[in-house]
Parts: sequence; structure tokens; C-alpha cells
Amino acid sequence: MFDGYTASQLMSIFAMQGFAGLILFSVFLLMALGLAIIFGQMGVINMAHGEFMILGAYVTFLTSNFFQSNLPHFFGGYFFFAMAFAFLAAGALGYALEWVLIRHLYRRPLDTLLATWGVSMILQQVYRSVFGAREVGVVLPDWLMGSYQVTDMIDVPINGMFVMALTATITAAVFALMFRSTWGLQVRAVTQNRVMAGAAGINGKRVDRLTFALGCGIAGVAGSAFTMVGSTGPTAGQLYIVDTFLVVVFGGAQSLFGTIASAFAISQSQSTMEFFLSGSMAKVLTLLTVVGILLLRPQGLFVVKVRK
Amino acid sequence: MLDVTRLSVAYGQSEVLHSLSFATDKAEIVAVMGRNGMGKTTMMKSLMGILPSRSGSIRLEGTELGGLESHERVAHGLAFVPQGRMIFPTLTVEENIRTGMVVRKKSRIPDEIFALFPVLYDMRHRRGGNLSGGQQQQLAIARALVADPKVLLLDEPTEGIQPSIIKDMARVLKEIRSMMSLTIVVSEQVLSFAMDVADRFLVMENGEFVYEDVAENVDETKIAGFLSV
Ligand SMILES: Nc1ncnc2c1ncn2[C@@H]1O[C@H](COP(=O)(O)OP(=O)(O)O)[C@@H](O)[C@H]1O
Ligand SMILES: [Mg+2]
Repeated sequence: MFDGYTASQLMSIFAMQGFAGLILFSVFLLMALGLAIIFGQMGVINMAHGEFMILGAYVTFLTSNFFQSNLPHFFGGYFFFAMAFAFLAAGALGYALEWVLIRHLYRRPLDTLLATWGVSMILQQVYRSVFGAREVGVVLPDWLMGSYQVTDMIDVPINGMFVMALTATITAAVFALMFRSTWGLQVRAVTQNRVMAGAAGINGKRVDRLTFALGCGIAGVAGSAFTMVGSTGPTAGQLYIVDTFLVVVFGGAQSLFGTIASAFAISQSQSTMEFFLSGSMAKVLTLLTVVGILLLRPQGLFVVKVRK
Repeated sequence: MLDVTRLSVAYGQSEVLHSLSFATDKAEIVAVMGRNGMGKTTMMKSLMGILPSRSGSIRLEGTELGGLESHERVAHGLAFVPQGRMIFPTLTVEENIRTGMVVRKKSRIPDEIFALFPVLYDMRHRRGGNLSGGQQQQLAIARALVADPKVLLLDEPTEGIQPSIIKDMARVLKEIRSMMSLTIVVSEQVLSFAMDVADRFLVMENGEFVYEDVAENVDETKIAGFLSV
């Protein structure tokens, strides 16, 4: 498949596609982080996770419109507000959803699967009614436009670099929360042994609700980032949810490092192959590879080893 | 201190504890003796709110605990060292201890804990799951103590632990009791250990207490008789 390209052209292609893959990696990673901490904490697979991302994207769209018409002087900074609002909106919706629905369905994985799938349908319809079926895009402030030329043939878009810096920051923040904060300690204790965590004095239900809210909030921020690289429509979340599941399962649901590594591997291989093969062929190849590796390592890439 | 009255507990339809009653004094160590399957763990779990009780009441210094969740009982002053210890395997030793402090919102592990269990200090950065049985037992006790309990429940603490360490544990438990004027309810099958620590003995058979006496008057052969199969 490399016929007809010179070596330097190939280098540039790999570099450019690799970079495009990094943006995909950012969105995957943010989505997968949220999904993985929710799954790890309470064994709930949130089928509506993509819609939480899209909520964040719509909030970003609304914030950008608001700034454009009311605060045009501050338009350059709207994105930071948009991210905060996206996090809060998606987090609040997640908190409410946990309280109204999820907490009644613990220990019934199939029911939560169905229920959250239903929620995803409802949210899609709500988006369609409120924002219309047409996709919307946000206007980027000037400082995020344009690109940075590395060589004659390679240039990297500034918004892509911004998205990656953002993702790195959020990932670091999630790590700090998980491994340095009392909340994270509680999450990890409940994840390992809910009954014992309770007997040690930890309020598992409260931890559940906060974790679900946080996971959804991160999806909201992923939605903010997503507006820079894709256009937002009612069903756009569906395109990402399957890939995100793939990332979580491939990485091993209990390991945040695994999530990062698998998001990277999957996004890079997809992006690079997409240039040479058709998009769906790239997907098929990725999927086959993942399935093959999972056959050999059913617990995912990373497993924490301790004596039982 | 802890007042349990007419406590009955069932798994589904089959009742395992039948109207148990007992009370403990402050800073008293009570041993609940009984063979396997007699209901010791069931009692501990229902005191802790892990298993629901069918009827009866559990009061701690007059406060009714029945119906409260485990973590609320911990907040009221109950702490639990379960059978099998149930250490969080991938958390470090230090983190395991910290899980017990969440309820008190403390940020620093009290010095007394590491003074009692120096080995935990040396191993504080190791994963809990990689400790030996005896070390895990100390860790489980430490995790319970940092919640500042009034009553400590220990379910078969000597199970699977070397005899040399069992002696040590008896000493530590008595030390804790006098240091923190803590009430301890410990279930056991090992009579020598119980004779070492307990002020009072209860013998459980098929979910009922069939014998009770204080340590001075206790009839050792009689208890041994209950414990032999
Ligand atoms: N999860 C359970 N479901 C049904 N019966 C149980 C369960 N756990 C224990 N039992 C029964 O309850 C009785 C008391 O068990 P347990 O409290 O574990 O005794 P001990 O701790 O004294 O060995 C036994 O007859 C046991 O078979
Ligand atoms: Mg038992």
C-alpha cells in the first residue's frame, strides 16, 4: 500500500496522520477516562456517555454564540468558560441521572445497560428538538486558528495542540484526584471491596454519585474538545461510543494507564491506516487486532498483580 | 456500652441467629466462642449492618444502630476487623489505614498506630495484598482503630496465623484496650488465645448462647467440650 510514495513523503504522511491521530486520541482518552472510572467504581456501562459528550459540545456551541453576540471583546477566551460550563452541565445531568435511575439498578448490569441506552435515545431526541437535526459548528477564536509549520510538508494545527494540552491537563488532574485525594482513596476502596469499604466507614453511595457525576463531567469536557475537530449533531455521540468501549476494554477497565495506552494505540493505528485504506477498512483492521489481543489477554493490556 | 437484645438474623427463610442478647461494659473484652458454622460471623456482620437483622435491637451507648448503614455505624463508634481480614489488596498499607480515617476526616495517621504496629510503618508503601497473613491482621486492626471506635469487633483474628504471632496479638489487644479504654468483642475457636485476652466468655451453638461466665470462674474444659467436634 506504500507504492508510489517517496520516503520523505511517507515520513510526512506518518507525521501528519500521527498528529491527526493525537487529536482523536485526546477525545478518546477523555471519553474513556469517564467511562472507565464509572465502570470501575460501580460496574455500570454508561451507554449514554456519548450523549453526555454531545451535551458538552452543545454547551460549548451556546457559550460561543453568547460570547459572540454579548461579549465580543472576550470572544478569545470563551473556550475556557465553555469547558467549565460543559463540565458542570454534564456533571449535573450525570448526578441527577444517578439519583433518579442508576442507583436503583446496581447489581443488575443488563438493566443498567438497557436503561442508559434508553437515556441515550431520549437525549438524542431532546437535542433534535432543541437544536434541530442539522449539525452545528462553533467559530474558533483567532488565536486557535492557523497552524504551525514544522517543515515544508508538515504543519500542525494550533487547535489540535491546544486540545492535546487540555487533555494532558485533565488526565493529570484525574490522576491526582484518584491517587492523591481522599475522594480517590474512597473510590479505589469501594471499587475493590464495597462491603468492606462500608465497614471501614466509607459512604459508598455518595462516592458512587460523585463518581458518576465526575465521569459524565469529563465527557462534557471531551465534548468541548470535540467541537474543534468535528461538527456537533444529535447523534454524533454514537460515532464515538463504540470506539470508546473498545478503548476501555482493550486497556483493562481497572487501569488508568491501560486506558491511556489503549486510547493511544487505537487512535494512532486508525488514523494512520485511514490514510492508506478506506475508513471502514481501518476500523475493521483495528477491531480485528483488538479482538486478537483480547483473546490472548482477556483482562486487557494492563492488570494489577497482587497476591490473593 | 453495646447492648444487643433479642437479635434474630436469617438468610432468606432460614433463621441462623435466634434471639441473641448480650451486653458489654466499657473497656471489657468479651470472647464469643463457637465451632465453625455456629453463627459468629453472621452475628458480627449483622452488628456491622452488612446483614439485615430480622428483629431485635442493637444499641451503642443508648443510640439505636439497627437500620443504619455500615458507614453510619462506624461513625457512631463501631469498628470491624472481619474474618479473612479483607485488606484492600491494591491499596498501599498507608492507604488501607487511611480508609478508616475518612469517617473522622483526619489527615494524619496517629503516631500510636505505628508505635503499636512498627512493621506497618516499615511497609507503608507496599501493597496491602502483598503482606503476610499476620501483617494483614495488624493492618486490619490499624484500619479499624483509626476510626476512633468505642467498640471493636474482631471476627476470628487468629485464623490462619502463626502461633508465635497469636501471642503477640493477644498482648496488643490488651494494650489497645487499656490505652483507648476500648470495648472489644472477639469471636474465636482458639481457646488458649481467648483465655489470654478475654474478661468474659460467651459460647454460641447454632445461633444461641448456651454458656456464659467471667474469666475467673470459667470452666475451661466445658468450653473446650463445646469447641470439639
Ligand atoms: N451467605 C449465606 N447464605 C446462607 N447461609 C449462610 C450464609 N453464610 C452463612 N450461612 C449459614 O449460617 C450459619 C452460620 O454461619 P457463620 O455465621 O459463618 O458461622 P461461623 O462464623 O460461626 O463459622 C451456617 O450454618 C452457615 O451455613
Ligand atoms: Mg466465621
